[in-house]
Amino acid sequence: MAAPWSTATGVTRARQTPRGWSALPRRRPPRARPPLFAIRAPISRRARWTLVAVSILGSFGAWWALSVSGLVDPAEYLPTPAATFAAGLEMARSGQLFTDAWATIGRVMVGFGAAIAASVPLGIVMGTFRAGQSLFEPVIGLVRYLPATAFIPLLIIWLGLGEPHKATLIFLGTFFFNTLMTADAVRGVPAAFVDVSFTLGARTGETVRKVIIPHSLPGMIDSVRVNSAAAWNMVVVAELIAAESGLGYRITRLQRFLQIDDIFAILMVIALFGLTMDVVLRLLRDRVGRWV
Amino acid sequence: MSARSELASPAVANEGGVQLMSRATLELVDVSKEYPRRGGAVRALEGIDLHIERGEFVCVVGASGSGKSTLLSLIAGLTKPTAGEVLLDGSPVVGPGPDRGLVFQVGAVYPWRTVERNVAYGLEFLPISRDERRARVAWFLAETGLTDLRHALPRQLSGGQLQRVAIARALACEPEVLLLDEPFGALDVQTKEDMQLLIRRIWQDTGTTILLVTHDVPEAVFLGQRVVVFASDPGRVAADMTVDLPDDRDLTDKRAPKFLALQSSIEDLVRTYHRHHTGT
Repeated sequence: MAAPWSTATGVTRARQTPRGWSALPRRRPPRARPPLFAIRAPISRRARWTLVAVSILGSFGAWWALSVSGLVDPAEYLPTPAATFAAGLEMARSGQLFTDAWATIGRVMVGFGAAIAASVPLGIVMGTFRAGQSLFEPVIGLVRYLPATAFIPLLIIWLGLGEPHKATLIFLGTFFFNTLMTADAVRGVPAAFVDVSFTLGARTGETVRKVIIPHSLPGMIDSVRVNSAAAWNMVVVAELIAAESGLGYRITRLQRFLQIDDIFAILMVIALFGLTMDVVLRLLRDRVGRWV
Repeated sequence: MSARSELASPAVANEGGVQLMSRATLELVDVSKEYPRRGGAVRALEGIDLHIERGEFVCVVGASGSGKSTLLSLIAGLTKPTAGEVLLDGSPVVGPGPDRGLVFQVGAVYPWRTVERNVAYGLEFLPISRDERRARVAWFLAETGLTDLRHALPRQLSGGQLQRVAIARALACEPEVLLLDEPFGALDVQTKEDMQLLIRRIWQDTGTTILLVTHDVPEAVFLGQRVVVFASDPGRVAADMTVDLPDDRDLTDKRAPKFLALQSSIEDLVRTYHRHHTGT
Protein backbone atom coordinates (compact mmCIF):
# COMPACT_ATOMS: atom_id res chain seq x y z
CA MET A 1 0.00 0.00 0.00
CA ALA A 2 1.12 3.53 -0.64
CA ALA A 3 1.41 6.34 1.85
CA PRO A 4 2.53 9.90 1.32
CA TRP A 5 5.76 11.01 2.96
CA SER A 6 7.77 14.17 2.77
CA THR A 7 11.47 14.55 2.22
CA ALA A 8 13.72 17.23 3.61
CA THR A 9 13.04 19.28 0.49
CA GLY A 10 9.33 18.99 1.01
CA VAL A 11 8.64 16.80 -2.02
CA THR A 12 5.83 14.35 -1.38
CA ARG A 13 6.17 10.85 -2.84
CA ALA A 14 4.46 7.55 -2.39
CA ARG A 15 6.23 4.89 -0.34
CA GLN A 16 5.59 1.18 -0.63
CA THR A 17 5.37 -0.90 2.53
CA PRO A 18 4.94 -4.67 2.71
CA ARG A 19 2.17 -6.57 4.52
CA GLY A 20 -0.28 -3.68 4.29
CA TRP A 21 1.39 -1.73 7.11
CA SER A 22 1.03 2.01 6.86
CA ALA A 23 4.38 3.69 6.19
CA LEU A 24 6.52 4.40 9.27
CA PRO A 25 6.33 8.06 10.19
CA ARG A 26 9.57 9.96 9.63
CA ARG A 27 10.84 12.59 12.02
CA ARG A 28 11.78 15.93 10.55
CA PRO A 29 15.56 16.17 10.19
CA PRO A 30 17.29 17.84 13.15
CA ARG A 31 18.26 21.47 12.89
CA ALA A 32 21.97 22.08 12.40
CA ARG A 33 23.62 22.75 15.79
CA PRO A 34 26.46 25.19 16.27
CA PRO A 35 29.70 23.35 17.23
CA LEU A 36 29.49 24.75 20.75
CA PHE A 37 26.45 22.56 21.41
CA ALA A 38 27.26 19.53 19.24
CA ILE A 39 28.46 16.36 20.97
CA ARG A 40 32.28 16.27 21.03
CA ALA A 41 32.57 18.56 18.03
CA PRO A 42 35.83 20.52 18.08
CA ILE A 43 35.45 24.19 18.94
CA SER A 44 37.66 27.01 17.70
CA ARG A 45 40.79 28.03 19.61
CA ARG A 46 39.29 31.41 20.30
CA ALA A 47 36.09 29.93 21.68
CA ARG A 48 38.12 27.60 23.89
CA TRP A 49 40.32 30.29 25.42
CA THR A 50 37.36 32.62 25.83
CA LEU A 51 35.53 29.96 27.82
CA VAL A 52 38.63 29.24 29.94
CA ALA A 53 38.94 32.96 30.68
CA VAL A 54 35.23 33.21 31.53
CA SER A 55 35.60 30.25 33.89
CA ILE A 56 38.52 31.73 35.84
CA LEU A 57 37.79 35.46 35.64
CA GLY A 58 34.06 34.86 36.10
CA SER A 59 34.61 33.09 39.44
CA PHE A 60 37.02 35.74 40.70
CA GLY A 61 34.73 38.47 39.40
CA ALA A 62 31.74 37.00 41.24
CA TRP A 63 33.84 36.75 44.42
CA TRP A 64 35.04 40.33 44.05
CA ALA A 65 31.56 41.67 43.25
CA LEU A 66 30.02 39.95 46.25
CA SER A 67 32.74 41.11 48.65
CA VAL A 68 32.49 44.81 47.66
CA SER A 69 28.72 44.91 47.14
CA GLY A 70 27.95 45.60 50.77
CA LEU A 71 25.66 42.56 50.92
CA VAL A 72 28.16 40.81 53.19
CA ASP A 73 30.63 42.21 55.70
CA PRO A 74 34.13 41.98 54.13
CA ALA A 75 35.76 41.79 57.55
CA GLU A 76 33.64 38.96 58.93
CA TYR A 77 32.29 36.94 55.98
CA LEU A 78 34.06 37.48 52.71
CA PRO A 79 37.34 39.37 52.20
CA THR A 80 38.02 40.89 48.80
CA PRO A 81 40.44 39.05 46.48
CA ALA A 82 42.88 41.94 47.00
CA ALA A 83 42.72 41.62 50.80
CA THR A 84 43.22 37.86 50.50
CA PHE A 85 46.27 38.36 48.27
CA ALA A 86 47.71 40.97 50.63
CA ALA A 87 47.17 38.66 53.61
CA GLY A 88 48.90 35.82 51.77
CA LEU A 89 51.80 38.07 50.87
CA GLU A 90 52.16 39.17 54.48
CA MET A 91 52.21 35.55 55.72
CA ALA A 92 54.75 34.67 53.05
CA ARG A 93 56.95 37.61 54.05
CA SER A 94 56.98 36.54 57.69
CA GLY A 95 57.98 33.01 56.66
CA GLN A 96 55.01 31.54 58.51
CA LEU A 97 53.35 30.36 55.32
CA PHE A 98 56.39 28.36 54.27
CA THR A 99 56.81 26.70 57.66
CA ASP A 100 53.15 25.66 57.62
CA ALA A 101 53.16 24.58 53.98
CA TRP A 102 56.30 22.52 54.46
CA ALA A 103 54.83 20.76 57.51
CA THR A 104 51.71 19.86 55.51
CA ILE A 105 53.64 18.75 52.42
CA GLY A 106 55.93 16.62 54.58
CA ARG A 107 52.92 14.80 56.08
CA VAL A 108 51.42 14.18 52.64
CA MET A 109 54.75 12.82 51.41
CA VAL A 110 55.07 10.40 54.34
CA GLY A 111 51.44 9.23 54.51
CA PHE A 112 50.60 9.20 50.81
CA GLY A 113 54.08 7.95 49.92
CA ALA A 114 53.61 4.96 52.23
CA ALA A 115 50.13 4.39 50.78
CA ILE A 116 51.54 4.34 47.22
CA ALA A 117 54.46 2.11 48.21
CA ALA A 118 52.05 -0.43 49.72
CA SER A 119 49.07 -0.18 47.38
CA VAL A 120 50.87 -0.40 44.02
CA PRO A 121 52.50 -3.81 44.63
CA LEU A 122 49.33 -5.11 46.27
CA GLY A 123 47.21 -3.83 43.37
CA ILE A 124 49.55 -5.51 40.88
CA VAL A 125 49.24 -8.81 42.77
CA MET A 126 45.44 -8.46 42.90
CA GLY A 127 45.16 -7.61 39.22
CA THR A 128 47.58 -10.31 38.06
CA PHE A 129 46.71 -13.37 40.13
CA ARG A 130 43.17 -14.60 40.68
CA ALA A 131 44.30 -15.89 44.06
CA GLY A 132 45.41 -12.40 45.04
CA GLN A 133 42.06 -11.02 43.98
CA SER A 134 40.12 -13.61 45.98
CA LEU A 135 42.32 -13.12 49.04
CA PHE A 136 42.40 -9.31 49.23
CA GLU A 137 39.49 -7.89 47.31
CA PRO A 138 36.64 -8.81 49.70
CA VAL A 139 38.29 -7.23 52.73
CA ILE A 140 39.58 -4.15 50.88
CA GLY A 141 36.23 -3.70 49.17
CA LEU A 142 34.57 -3.66 52.60
CA VAL A 143 37.08 -1.52 54.49
CA ARG A 144 37.16 1.22 51.87
CA TYR A 145 33.56 2.10 52.73
CA LEU A 146 34.59 2.94 56.30
CA PRO A 147 35.34 6.68 56.18
CA ALA A 148 38.97 7.21 57.19
CA THR A 149 37.89 10.23 59.26
CA ALA A 150 35.83 7.93 61.49
CA PHE A 151 39.12 6.40 62.66
CA ILE A 152 40.48 9.70 64.02
CA PRO A 153 39.40 9.09 67.66
CA LEU A 154 40.84 5.57 67.59
CA LEU A 155 44.06 6.75 65.94
CA ILE A 156 44.50 9.39 68.64
CA ILE A 157 43.98 6.77 71.37
CA TRP A 158 46.43 4.37 69.70
CA LEU A 159 49.05 6.75 68.34
CA GLY A 160 48.65 9.96 70.32
CA LEU A 161 48.54 13.44 68.84
CA GLY A 162 51.91 13.39 67.05
CA GLU A 163 52.95 12.76 63.48
CA PRO A 164 52.14 9.01 63.30
CA HIS A 165 48.40 9.62 63.66
CA LYS A 166 48.42 12.12 60.79
CA ALA A 167 50.43 9.90 58.44
CA THR A 168 48.20 6.95 59.32
CA LEU A 169 45.05 8.94 58.57
CA ILE A 170 46.37 9.91 55.12
CA PHE A 171 47.38 6.28 54.57
CA LEU A 172 43.92 4.98 55.51
CA GLY A 173 42.24 7.59 53.33
CA THR A 174 44.15 6.66 50.18
CA PHE A 175 45.53 3.11 50.46
CA PHE A 176 42.34 1.15 49.78
CA PHE A 177 41.14 3.16 46.80
CA ASN A 178 44.57 3.25 45.24
CA THR A 179 44.91 -0.52 45.64
CA LEU A 180 41.60 -1.22 43.93
CA MET A 181 42.25 1.29 41.14
CA THR A 182 45.74 -0.12 40.53
CA ALA A 183 44.26 -3.64 40.35
CA ASP A 184 41.73 -2.37 37.81
CA ALA A 185 44.46 -0.81 35.67
CA VAL A 186 46.36 -4.12 35.76
CA ARG A 187 43.25 -6.12 34.85
CA GLY A 188 42.94 -3.90 31.77
CA VAL A 189 45.96 -5.60 30.17
CA PRO A 190 44.58 -7.64 27.24
CA ALA A 191 44.95 -11.42 27.70
CA ALA A 192 46.50 -11.72 24.22
CA PHE A 193 49.47 -9.56 25.34
CA VAL A 194 50.14 -12.00 28.17
CA ASP A 195 49.65 -15.11 26.00
CA VAL A 196 52.01 -13.78 23.32
CA SER A 197 54.64 -13.06 25.96
CA PHE A 198 54.63 -16.71 27.05
CA THR A 199 54.81 -17.98 23.46
CA LEU A 200 57.89 -15.76 23.01
CA GLY A 201 59.61 -17.51 25.88
CA ALA A 202 58.95 -15.19 28.84
CA ARG A 203 58.29 -16.59 32.33
CA THR A 204 55.70 -15.32 34.79
CA GLY A 205 57.93 -12.74 36.49
CA GLU A 206 59.27 -11.48 33.16
CA THR A 207 55.75 -11.11 31.82
CA VAL A 208 54.70 -9.08 34.87
CA ARG A 209 57.76 -6.86 34.49
CA LYS A 210 57.81 -6.46 30.71
CA VAL A 211 54.10 -6.61 29.77
CA ILE A 212 51.75 -6.07 32.70
CA ILE A 213 53.56 -3.18 34.39
CA PRO A 214 54.44 -1.17 31.24
CA HIS A 215 50.89 -1.52 29.90
CA SER A 216 49.19 -0.47 33.15
CA LEU A 217 51.67 2.25 34.18
CA PRO A 218 49.68 5.20 32.75
CA GLY A 219 46.56 3.89 34.52
CA MET A 220 48.47 3.51 37.79
CA ILE A 221 49.75 7.11 37.60
CA ASP A 222 46.18 8.27 36.94
CA SER A 223 45.03 6.42 40.03
CA VAL A 224 47.71 8.15 42.14
CA ARG A 225 46.60 11.47 40.65
CA VAL A 226 42.96 10.92 41.59
CA ASN A 227 43.84 9.75 45.10
CA SER A 228 46.22 12.64 45.73
CA ALA A 229 43.09 14.77 46.17
CA ALA A 230 42.04 12.51 49.05
CA ALA A 231 45.54 12.80 50.56
CA TRP A 232 45.19 16.60 50.63
CA ASN A 233 41.78 16.28 52.24
CA MET A 234 43.06 13.95 54.93
CA VAL A 235 46.10 16.01 55.88
CA VAL A 236 44.03 19.14 56.38
CA VAL A 237 41.45 17.23 58.43
CA ALA A 238 44.21 15.77 60.62
CA GLU A 239 45.70 19.22 61.16
CA LEU A 240 42.32 20.75 61.99
CA ILE A 241 41.85 18.13 64.72
CA ALA A 242 45.20 18.21 66.44
CA ALA A 243 48.46 19.76 65.29
CA GLU A 244 51.11 22.31 66.20
CA SER A 245 51.91 23.28 62.62
CA GLY A 246 50.59 22.99 59.10
CA LEU A 247 48.09 24.79 56.92
CA GLY A 248 45.07 23.14 58.58
CA TYR A 249 46.39 24.04 62.04
CA ARG A 250 46.91 27.63 60.88
CA ILE A 251 43.25 27.83 59.84
CA THR A 252 42.07 26.83 63.33
CA ARG A 253 44.41 29.41 64.89
CA LEU A 254 43.17 32.18 62.59
CA GLN A 255 39.57 31.20 63.28
CA ARG A 256 39.99 32.28 66.91
CA PHE A 257 40.92 35.78 65.85
CA LEU A 258 38.37 35.97 63.02
CA GLN A 259 41.17 36.62 60.51
CA ILE A 260 39.16 35.44 57.56
CA ASP A 261 41.37 37.13 54.95
CA ASP A 262 44.26 34.97 56.19
CA ILE A 263 42.01 31.90 56.16
CA PHE A 264 41.07 32.60 52.56
CA ALA A 265 44.72 33.00 51.65
CA ILE A 266 45.50 29.60 53.13
CA LEU A 267 42.59 27.98 51.31
CA MET A 268 44.01 29.40 48.08
CA VAL A 269 47.44 27.99 48.88
CA ILE A 270 45.95 24.53 49.54
CA ALA A 271 44.08 24.67 46.23
CA LEU A 272 47.25 25.72 44.40
CA PHE A 273 49.29 22.86 45.86
CA GLY A 274 46.60 20.35 44.90
CA LEU A 275 46.41 21.74 41.40
CA THR A 276 50.19 21.65 41.00
CA MET A 277 50.34 18.00 42.07
CA ASP A 278 47.53 17.17 39.64
CA VAL A 279 49.23 18.93 36.72
CA VAL A 280 52.62 17.35 37.45
CA LEU A 281 51.10 13.84 37.60
CA ARG A 282 49.09 14.51 34.45
CA LEU A 283 52.26 15.51 32.59
CA LEU A 284 54.06 12.43 33.91
CA ARG A 285 51.17 10.21 32.79
CA ASP A 286 51.19 11.75 29.30
CA ARG A 287 54.94 11.29 29.05
CA VAL A 288 54.88 7.68 30.22
CA GLY A 289 51.82 6.94 28.06
CA ARG A 290 53.10 8.50 24.84
CA TRP A 291 52.42 5.20 23.08
CA VAL A 292 48.66 5.30 23.76
CA MET B 1 51.39 -19.00 42.15
CA SER B 2 49.13 -19.40 39.14
CA ALA B 3 48.34 -22.21 36.78
CA ARG B 4 50.28 -20.24 34.21
CA SER B 5 53.61 -20.40 36.00
CA GLU B 6 53.46 -24.15 35.81
CA LEU B 7 52.56 -23.97 32.12
CA ALA B 8 55.43 -21.61 31.46
CA SER B 9 58.12 -24.12 32.40
CA PRO B 10 60.56 -25.13 29.67
CA ALA B 11 58.41 -26.46 26.93
CA VAL B 12 59.73 -29.09 24.62
CA ALA B 13 63.15 -30.56 24.12
CA ASN B 14 64.18 -30.52 20.51
CA GLU B 15 67.25 -32.30 19.32
CA GLY B 16 68.77 -32.82 15.94
CA GLY B 17 67.10 -31.82 12.74
CA VAL B 18 68.46 -33.50 9.69
CA GLN B 19 68.00 -37.05 10.91
CA LEU B 20 64.39 -36.32 11.79
CA MET B 21 63.53 -34.96 8.35
CA SER B 22 61.17 -37.76 7.53
CA ARG B 23 59.50 -37.81 10.93
CA ALA B 24 56.40 -35.83 11.84
CA THR B 25 57.63 -32.72 13.59
CA LEU B 26 54.18 -31.87 14.96
CA GLU B 27 51.73 -34.58 15.88
CA LEU B 28 48.26 -34.50 17.39
CA VAL B 29 47.07 -37.86 18.66
CA ASP B 30 43.33 -38.24 19.29
CA VAL B 31 43.11 -34.74 20.78
CA SER B 32 39.82 -33.57 22.28
CA LYS B 33 39.01 -30.34 24.05
CA GLU B 34 35.94 -29.53 26.13
CA TYR B 35 35.16 -26.20 27.74
CA PRO B 36 33.09 -26.35 30.91
CA ARG B 37 29.72 -24.61 30.68
CA ARG B 38 26.86 -24.38 33.13
CA GLY B 39 25.31 -27.81 33.41
CA GLY B 40 27.74 -29.60 31.11
CA ALA B 41 30.51 -28.98 28.65
CA VAL B 42 30.95 -27.68 25.12
CA ARG B 43 33.01 -29.93 22.89
CA ALA B 44 35.29 -27.68 20.85
CA LEU B 45 37.42 -30.44 19.32
CA GLU B 46 36.96 -34.18 19.10
CA GLY B 47 39.43 -36.89 18.14
CA ILE B 48 41.85 -34.76 16.14
CA ASP B 49 44.65 -36.72 14.49
CA LEU B 50 47.07 -34.54 12.60
CA HIS B 51 50.64 -35.08 11.41
CA ILE B 52 52.69 -32.20 10.12
CA GLU B 53 56.12 -32.84 8.65
CA ARG B 54 59.10 -30.60 9.28
CA GLY B 55 59.08 -27.74 6.79
CA GLU B 56 55.50 -28.29 5.66
CA PHE B 57 52.99 -25.49 5.04
CA VAL B 58 49.55 -26.67 6.17
CA CYS B 59 46.34 -24.65 6.13
CA VAL B 60 43.26 -25.45 8.20
CA VAL B 61 39.91 -24.20 6.90
CA GLY B 62 36.50 -24.46 8.49
CA ALA B 63 33.45 -22.42 9.35
CA SER B 64 33.32 -20.50 12.60
CA GLY B 65 32.78 -22.80 15.57
CA SER B 66 34.91 -25.57 14.09
CA GLY B 67 37.51 -25.17 16.83
CA LYS B 68 40.26 -23.88 14.53
CA SER B 69 41.51 -21.32 17.05
CA THR B 70 41.30 -23.85 19.88
CA LEU B 71 43.55 -26.11 17.80
CA LEU B 72 46.29 -23.45 17.65
CA SER B 73 45.85 -22.60 21.30
CA LEU B 74 46.43 -26.29 22.18
CA ILE B 75 49.53 -26.54 20.00
CA ALA B 76 50.86 -23.26 21.42
CA GLY B 77 50.35 -24.75 24.88
CA LEU B 78 48.10 -21.92 26.09
CA THR B 79 45.36 -24.47 26.88
CA LYS B 80 45.56 -28.15 27.67
CA PRO B 81 43.66 -30.87 25.80
CA THR B 82 40.92 -32.70 27.69
CA ALA B 83 42.15 -35.92 26.11
CA GLY B 84 44.91 -36.94 23.72
CA GLU B 85 48.40 -35.61 23.19
CA VAL B 86 50.17 -32.84 21.29
CA LEU B 87 53.72 -33.88 20.42
CA LEU B 88 56.53 -31.76 19.03
CA ASP B 89 59.39 -33.93 17.75
CA GLY B 90 58.01 -36.72 19.89
CA SER B 91 57.92 -34.77 23.16
CA PRO B 92 54.60 -33.74 24.68
CA VAL B 93 53.80 -30.04 24.71
CA VAL B 94 53.37 -28.93 28.33
CA GLY B 95 53.14 -25.17 27.97
CA PRO B 96 53.77 -22.17 25.74
CA GLY B 97 57.29 -21.68 24.46
CA PRO B 98 59.28 -19.89 21.77
CA ASP B 99 59.59 -23.07 19.70
CA ARG B 100 55.95 -22.59 18.69
CA GLY B 101 55.40 -18.99 17.56
CA LEU B 102 51.83 -17.72 17.55
CA VAL B 103 50.33 -14.82 15.60
CA PHE B 104 46.74 -13.72 16.23
CA GLN B 105 44.31 -12.06 13.80
CA VAL B 106 45.03 -8.76 15.52
CA GLY B 107 48.70 -9.18 16.29
CA ALA B 108 48.95 -8.20 19.96
CA VAL B 109 51.95 -6.02 19.11
CA TYR B 110 53.12 -4.24 22.27
CA PRO B 111 52.06 -0.61 21.80
CA TRP B 112 54.68 0.84 24.18
CA ARG B 113 57.57 -0.77 22.29
CA THR B 114 58.93 0.38 18.96
CA VAL B 115 58.81 -2.03 16.01
CA GLU B 116 62.44 -2.99 16.62
CA ARG B 117 61.94 -3.65 20.33
CA ASN B 118 58.81 -5.69 19.62
CA VAL B 119 60.79 -7.94 17.31
CA ALA B 120 63.57 -8.17 19.92
CA TYR B 121 61.14 -9.18 22.72
CA GLY B 122 61.71 -12.95 22.69
CA LEU B 123 65.48 -12.57 22.32
CA GLU B 124 65.69 -10.54 25.53
CA PHE B 125 65.22 -13.73 27.55
CA LEU B 126 68.12 -15.55 25.91
CA PRO B 127 71.81 -15.41 26.77
CA ILE B 128 73.01 -13.86 23.51
CA SER B 129 75.12 -10.75 23.04
CA ARG B 130 73.55 -7.40 22.26
CA ASP B 131 75.29 -7.38 18.87
CA GLU B 132 73.90 -10.75 17.93
CA ARG B 133 70.43 -9.70 19.06
CA ARG B 134 70.67 -6.58 16.94
CA ALA B 135 71.86 -8.50 13.91
CA ARG B 136 69.06 -11.04 14.20
CA VAL B 137 66.40 -8.35 14.66
CA ALA B 138 67.77 -6.45 11.65
CA TRP B 139 67.57 -9.58 9.49
CA PHE B 140 63.92 -10.24 10.35
CA LEU B 141 63.02 -6.56 9.95
CA ALA B 142 64.49 -6.67 6.45
CA GLU B 143 62.79 -9.99 5.66
CA THR B 144 59.38 -8.52 6.56
CA GLY B 145 60.07 -5.13 4.94
CA LEU B 146 60.04 -3.19 8.20
CA THR B 147 63.57 -1.77 8.22
CA ASP B 148 62.43 1.80 7.56
CA LEU B 149 59.79 1.56 10.28
CA ARG B 150 62.05 0.10 12.97
CA HIS B 151 61.81 3.16 15.26
CA ALA B 152 58.05 3.65 14.77
CA LEU B 153 55.49 3.02 17.51
CA PRO B 154 52.66 0.57 16.72
CA ARG B 155 50.00 3.30 16.77
CA GLN B 156 51.67 4.80 13.70
CA LEU B 157 51.37 1.54 11.71
CA SER B 158 48.68 0.15 9.42
CA GLY B 159 47.00 -3.22 10.01
CA GLY B 160 49.26 -4.98 7.49
CA GLN B 161 52.40 -3.48 9.03
CA LEU B 162 51.29 -4.56 12.51
CA GLN B 163 50.89 -8.14 11.26
CA ARG B 164 54.39 -8.00 9.80
CA VAL B 165 55.71 -6.98 13.22
CA ALA B 166 53.87 -9.86 14.90
CA ILE B 167 55.21 -12.33 12.32
CA ALA B 168 58.79 -11.01 12.55
CA ARG B 169 58.62 -11.13 16.35
CA ALA B 170 57.52 -14.78 16.34
CA LEU B 171 60.10 -15.74 13.68
CA ALA B 172 62.97 -14.08 15.54
CA CYS B 173 62.68 -16.82 18.18
CA GLU B 174 63.40 -19.42 15.45
CA PRO B 175 60.25 -21.45 16.09
CA GLU B 176 59.98 -25.07 15.00
CA VAL B 177 56.41 -24.26 14.00
CA LEU B 178 54.82 -20.91 13.17
CA LEU B 179 51.12 -20.88 14.14
CA LEU B 180 49.04 -18.26 12.33
CA ASP B 181 45.45 -17.71 13.54
CA GLU B 182 43.52 -15.93 10.75
CA PRO B 183 46.50 -13.61 10.40
CA PHE B 184 45.14 -11.68 7.41
CA GLY B 185 41.44 -11.80 8.31
CA ALA B 186 41.24 -8.13 9.30
CA LEU B 187 43.12 -6.78 6.27
CA ASP B 188 41.84 -5.26 3.03
CA VAL B 189 42.06 -7.41 -0.09
CA GLN B 190 45.19 -5.81 -1.58
CA THR B 191 47.14 -5.86 1.68
CA LYS B 192 46.02 -9.44 2.22
CA GLU B 193 47.55 -10.48 -1.14
CA ASP B 194 50.81 -8.72 -0.27
CA MET B 195 50.91 -10.58 3.02
CA GLN B 196 50.16 -13.92 1.35
CA LEU B 197 53.14 -13.44 -0.96
CA LEU B 198 55.24 -12.35 2.03
CA ILE B 199 54.43 -15.43 4.09
CA ARG B 200 55.14 -17.71 1.11
CA ARG B 201 58.53 -16.02 0.68
CA ILE B 202 59.30 -16.28 4.40
CA TRP B 203 58.41 -19.97 4.31
CA GLN B 204 60.79 -20.53 1.39
CA ASP B 205 63.58 -18.40 2.91
CA THR B 206 63.48 -19.85 6.41
CA GLY B 207 62.08 -23.35 5.91
CA THR B 208 59.91 -22.88 8.99
CA THR B 209 57.01 -25.28 9.42
CA ILE B 210 53.81 -23.23 9.13
CA LEU B 211 50.29 -24.06 10.32
CA LEU B 212 47.80 -21.41 9.23
CA VAL B 213 44.13 -21.29 10.19
CA THR B 214 41.69 -19.38 8.00
CA HIS B 215 38.08 -19.35 6.79
CA ASP B 216 39.23 -18.04 3.41
CA VAL B 217 39.41 -21.09 1.11
CA PRO B 218 41.33 -19.43 -1.79
CA GLU B 219 43.89 -18.23 0.76
CA ALA B 220 44.30 -21.75 2.14
CA VAL B 221 44.74 -23.24 -1.34
CA PHE B 222 47.16 -20.53 -2.45
CA LEU B 223 49.35 -20.81 0.65
CA GLY B 224 49.27 -24.43 1.72
CA GLN B 225 50.85 -27.61 0.49
CA ARG B 226 48.01 -29.31 2.30
CA VAL B 227 44.55 -28.08 3.23
CA VAL B 228 42.83 -29.68 6.21
CA VAL B 229 39.06 -29.11 6.29
CA PHE B 230 37.43 -28.93 9.72
CA ALA B 231 33.80 -29.79 10.45
CA SER B 232 31.92 -27.98 13.19
CA ASP B 233 30.32 -28.89 16.49
CA PRO B 234 32.40 -30.63 17.62
CA GLY B 235 35.41 -29.54 15.60
CA ARG B 236 36.95 -32.50 13.80
CA VAL B 237 38.94 -33.29 10.69
CA ALA B 238 36.60 -33.75 7.71
CA ALA B 239 39.16 -33.93 4.91
CA ASP B 240 42.89 -33.62 4.34
CA MET B 241 43.77 -32.60 0.80
CA THR B 242 47.10 -32.16 -0.95
CA VAL B 243 47.47 -29.01 -3.02
CA ASP B 244 48.96 -30.11 -6.32
CA LEU B 245 50.46 -26.76 -7.30
CA PRO B 246 54.12 -25.82 -7.88
CA ASP B 247 56.06 -24.43 -4.93
CA ASP B 248 56.80 -21.23 -6.85
CA ARG B 249 53.39 -19.60 -6.81
CA ASP B 250 52.24 -16.15 -7.78
CA LEU B 251 48.87 -14.46 -7.68
CA THR B 252 48.01 -15.47 -11.27
CA ASP B 253 47.94 -19.09 -10.10
CA LYS B 254 44.70 -18.21 -8.35
CA ARG B 255 43.06 -18.15 -11.82
CA ALA B 256 44.49 -21.50 -12.97
CA PRO B 257 41.84 -24.19 -13.67
CA LYS B 258 43.57 -26.60 -11.29
CA PHE B 259 43.47 -23.99 -8.52
CA LEU B 260 39.82 -23.15 -9.11
CA ALA B 261 38.82 -26.81 -9.21
CA LEU B 262 40.46 -27.48 -5.85
CA GLN B 263 39.02 -24.28 -4.40
CA SER B 264 35.49 -25.27 -5.50
CA SER B 265 35.67 -28.76 -4.10
CA ILE B 266 36.98 -27.48 -0.73
CA GLU B 267 34.35 -24.73 -0.63
CA ASP B 268 31.67 -27.36 -1.23
CA LEU B 269 33.03 -29.42 1.65
CA VAL B 270 33.15 -26.46 4.02
CA ARG B 271 29.61 -25.49 3.00
CA THR B 272 28.31 -29.05 3.51
CA TYR B 273 29.70 -29.25 7.03
CA HIS B 274 28.51 -25.74 7.82
CA ARG B 275 24.95 -26.57 6.61
CA HIS B 276 24.98 -29.75 8.59
CA HIS B 277 26.02 -27.69 11.60
CA THR B 278 23.37 -24.99 11.27
CA GLY B 279 20.70 -27.48 10.23
CA THR B 280 19.77 -25.82 6.94
